[in-house]
Amino acid sequence: MAKDTQSHGAAAAAEQTDKRMDELMGMLLRAGVVLAAALVFAGGVLYVLRHPFPPVDYRVFQSEPQSLRTIPGILAEAKALHGRGLIQLGLLVLIATPIARVAFSVFAFLYQRDWKYVIFTLIVLSLLIFSLLGRA
Amino acid sequence: MEHLSTIEFTTLIFAGSLLAGFLGALTGLGGGVVVVPMLTLLFKVDVHYAIGAALVSVIATSSGAAAAYVREGYSNVRVGMFLEIATTAGALIGATLVVYLRAPIIAVIFGFVLMYSAIASFGYGMEAEPDVQPNRIATWLRMNSAYPTPSGWKRYYVHGVPLGFSLMFIAGVLSGLLGIGSGAVKVLAMDRAMKLPFKVSTTTSNFMIGVTAAAGSGIYLMRGYIDPGLAMAVMLGVLAGSLTGARVLAVAHVRTLRTVFAVVIGVLAIEMIYSGFTGKF
Repeated sequence: MAKDTQSHGAAAAAEQTDKRMDELMGMLLRAGVVLAAALVFAGGVLYVLRHPFPPVDYRVFQSEPQSLRTIPGILAEAKALHGRGLIQLGLLVLIATPIARVAFSVFAFLYQRDWKYVIFTLIVLSLLIFSLLGRA
Repeated sequence: MEHLSTIEFTTLIFAGSLLAGFLGALTGLGGGVVVVPMLTLLFKVDVHYAIGAALVSVIATSSGAAAAYVREGYSNVRVGMFLEIATTAGALIGATLVVYLRAPIIAVIFGFVLMYSAIASFGYGMEAEPDVQPNRIATWLRMNSAYPTPSGWKRYYVHGVPLGFSLMFIAGVLSGLLGIGSGAVKVLAMDRAMKLPFKVSTTTSNFMIGVTAAAGSGIYLMRGYIDPGLAMAVMLGVLAGSLTGARVLAVAHVRTLRTVFAVVIGVLAIEMIYSGFTGKF
């Protein structure tokens, strides 16, 4: 009986931590999306103002230039306040948002001493980082 | 199209994406799956640009919706994280495959997935009979959990982990290949194979869609498939449209509307397949 109450208490405590984690994650996700949308919007306004006609023919695919498809390139373009660079920076923030959630989960599982899931989460995190950095 | 100024082009794409996001939210299919046919069939955008723009908008809607869902306590974090191994690995492979596939082939595959999604959307909300026996693998992975119901917390046991994991890998490949969330395949894996309660599977799937789309988008961005001028209008439009759609869904009874839209999407699917086969891509 005493053991049962104790395990119930532990479960309730775990439930509480889960709930707090969930709330923090929710805030993180919302903040990421809002920041990304703001950057994309600001970049979009600059882009539309500075390019009277679209510089790209979308009917024929041509890979984006280096400056718009590498992290250093995008950072440089955004710093120079080029509209298209700012949009790409916003999209990078957007891509980083779920990645940040996964990184956050690593710590959450560490805190719960759930080693199995620490490993699973690290696998997911490394796949995500590889997608952004690996030139497959 | 070539005579449109940037502001006209952007406004048109934004309006179309707004509608696509709205339809995606109402049908439960997601904005990405509606925006790609719109861009390719209506605006004649190359499918590589279209899937790049669609996939980033998938991250936006998924993360936005997950932020709202997360408080309700339905999602199963362990099931989600474990299956994300399969979906992210699949998405990396799918996004890498895009390079080797010509536009008409992508269009035909897209059409079939779209058709399946439209048909499957009629079955949303039907729950498999819950099993009361715990499953060995799921127990070892600590996946069994409980979710809130009006009459208190209800326990559930997770099943079919290997099958669910394999289906999730396919969902990931399709997400990376087509720039979509693959919601329909995820529902198949979690509702049918793993027997998760409907509310748990929808919220958990929403969480996973953002992570899966991020994996694919990373590859797309590095390969130069994401054009800022197009992605800007698509992402903002789909996001605004799906937020509005979710709000309408919360207050209105939309069963008839959903049927109409599912039929519209089925027609789009046939158009994609036809255009792909007749070489219009």
